[in-house]
Amino acid sequence: MIAFIIRRLLQAIVVMLTVALIAFTLFGFVGDPINMMVGIETSAQDRENLRQSLGLNDPVIVQFARFVTHAARLEFGSSYQFKTPVIDLIKDRFPATMELALASALFSLLIGIPMGVYTALHRRSVLSNVFLAASLIGISLPTFLIGILLIFLFPVTLGVLPSFGRGEVVHIGFWSTGLLTASGLKALVLPAVTLGLFQMTLIMRLVRGEMLEVLRTDYIKFARARGLTDHAVNFGHALKNTLVPVMTIAGLQLGSIIAFALITESVFQWPGMGLLFLKAVQNVDIPIMSAYLLLVAFIFVTINLIVDLLYAVVDPRIRIDARPA
Amino acid sequence: MATEASEAPLTRRPTRLASFLDSDVAYSFLHSRITIVAAIVALVIVAAALFAPVIATQDPYDLRQLSIIDSHIPPVWQADGDKRFLLGTDDQGRDVFSTILYGSRQSIAIGIVSTLFAAALGIALGLIAGYAGGAIDTVIMRAADIQSTFPAILIAMLIDGTSRALFGQQRHDNVVFWVMVLSIGLSFWVQYARTVRGSTLVEKSKDYVLAARLIGIRPGLILLRHVLPNVVGPVLVIATINLALAIITEATLSFLGLGLPSTQPSLGTLIQIGQKYLFAGEWWIAIFPGATLAALVLAVNLLGDWLRDALNPRLR
Repeated sequence: MIAFIIRRLLQAIVVMLTVALIAFTLFGFVGDPINMMVGIETSAQDRENLRQSLGLNDPVIVQFARFVTHAARLEFGSSYQFKTPVIDLIKDRFPATMELALASALFSLLIGIPMGVYTALHRRSVLSNVFLAASLIGISLPTFLIGILLIFLFPVTLGVLPSFGRGEVVHIGFWSTGLLTASGLKALVLPAVTLGLFQMTLIMRLVRGEMLEVLRTDYIKFARARGLTDHAVNFGHALKNTLVPVMTIAGLQLGSIIAFALITESVFQWPGMGLLFLKAVQNVDIPIMSAYLLLVAFIFVTINLIVDLLYAVVDPRIRIDARPA
Repeated sequence: MATEASEAPLTRRPTRLASFLDSDVAYSFLHSRITIVAAIVALVIVAAALFAPVIATQDPYDLRQLSIIDSHIPPVWQADGDKRFLLGTDDQGRDVFSTILYGSRQSIAIGIVSTLFAAALGIALGLIAGYAGGAIDTVIMRAADIQSTFPAILIAMLIDGTSRALFGQQRHDNVVFWVMVLSIGLSFWVQYARTVRGSTLVEKSKDYVLAARLIGIRPGLILLRHVLPNVVGPVLVIATINLALAIITEATLSFLGLGLPSTQPSLGTLIQIGQKYLFAGEWWIAIFPGATLAALVLAVNLLGDWLRDALNPRLR
């Protein structure tokens, strides 16, 4: 087990270093950072001094090492657009993205699992077919289109629910939350549904598949033979066993929810990290781009690691790496 | 039945078309109503896009044909509709119907070319990784592992952002088609590479490969002529499903303002333009391109699902 943990940890570090290398290359490769920082009237001598003081004349490997140590201390430099430290910008917007991501993850689980169970238990019913057809449409529609359709349906046509922003927020320490005000909660509904719909269809299909598989096993037949009620068999025995893979996928999907949040944030003008990143890409604001990249990579790698480790705890077969290295 | 078939006169060999219609694939196609509908929808959209210059009532790229006076006109069946503009006009006075035709053209072209690019890259890397093994295999597959931890859309955005910085906005607009192909293609190669590597590992230990090596055929030729035809089946299925994904990715990037500019709009760009006017009650600018995009992607997805079931390869 310890060998397994160490191996996964090393892999995670390699991934992070690779992403750091990409982010670092972005800095050096795309435009001259000095030009981004100073005005046109700065003399060549001053530029050279600045270059020297920033360490841009050092060997590349030294620069990369410095970049990594700075990143580990969450120092990403200042944004070219806002002239403020990137980390402060991200800190401001981090809670908005997290609340959106968690709300949509919750939505997708609370709706997706019951739908999956229903479609598995009542395979031939009309409602199941409706659910399955709807899920195909849910997978086919791009996230931004779902958002626009929802805006068209609710705020525009029916005149309910806000279509942009976060509503009123309450500050608790550095965390700003919209969960404690009525307008904040209302503003959360449409973005969370937009972001969660795709995951919901995914979870529904997954639960359905796993349930169908489990319902065919011998211990379910045995449980029925013992005369247990349908309810006890379906929920006590079958559903419980489908939840392990579902939790894995749900965990892994949390990472992509955070990444995909940027599309939803753009549609609903939700003031999160994704919107910040988007503006950075449009304006070639490299410090924000590389910081966001590293942050998302870190979240992904951490979630992957936790899921892998949890899985290894649950299922001992996974600890042995069967793949030839 | 079997004897009857063998007794049939051999003089008339079945034509290619006839033998195709007799195959399992054709059978499952003709017996799945929803697949036929999907194929028709896809065909109609592709044909409309292909013949856009013939069908369209206006060339949206030709500024001389546009008039700002004609802007914001609702579809024909509404009170203020204009007979010249079937589905209304957008904020620049462009006919929505014509821009959808030209926009679908962009979307489909980028989707197909980037899917081909991703497939070619993935197949090549997968063949090399599987056949060479050792360090080359490890490097390629670890790169695939790392890339697959990121959502494709982020990678595409990053490549697009980098090229924006390298080219500058003006030149970026001129090469935007190829930038899109590159960024989408580079985000989707992993799945092909993994599948092809897996099947190459199986194929390379078979006798025909050994025989080819013994008579001294070069490895490149063995891969292209002998191994490739045997591993390409599952790739076809992945490519169809990825075509839908590529179209979605392109639309998303364009919607976010990172893809095609509004002077040469794709479906995603049109939806982005239309989003601004939703609240003014001008729903047609966003909703019609949106519906076209949804129909196209749904149809391609259904075809992909059918192809997967019909060919029934080992992946799922």
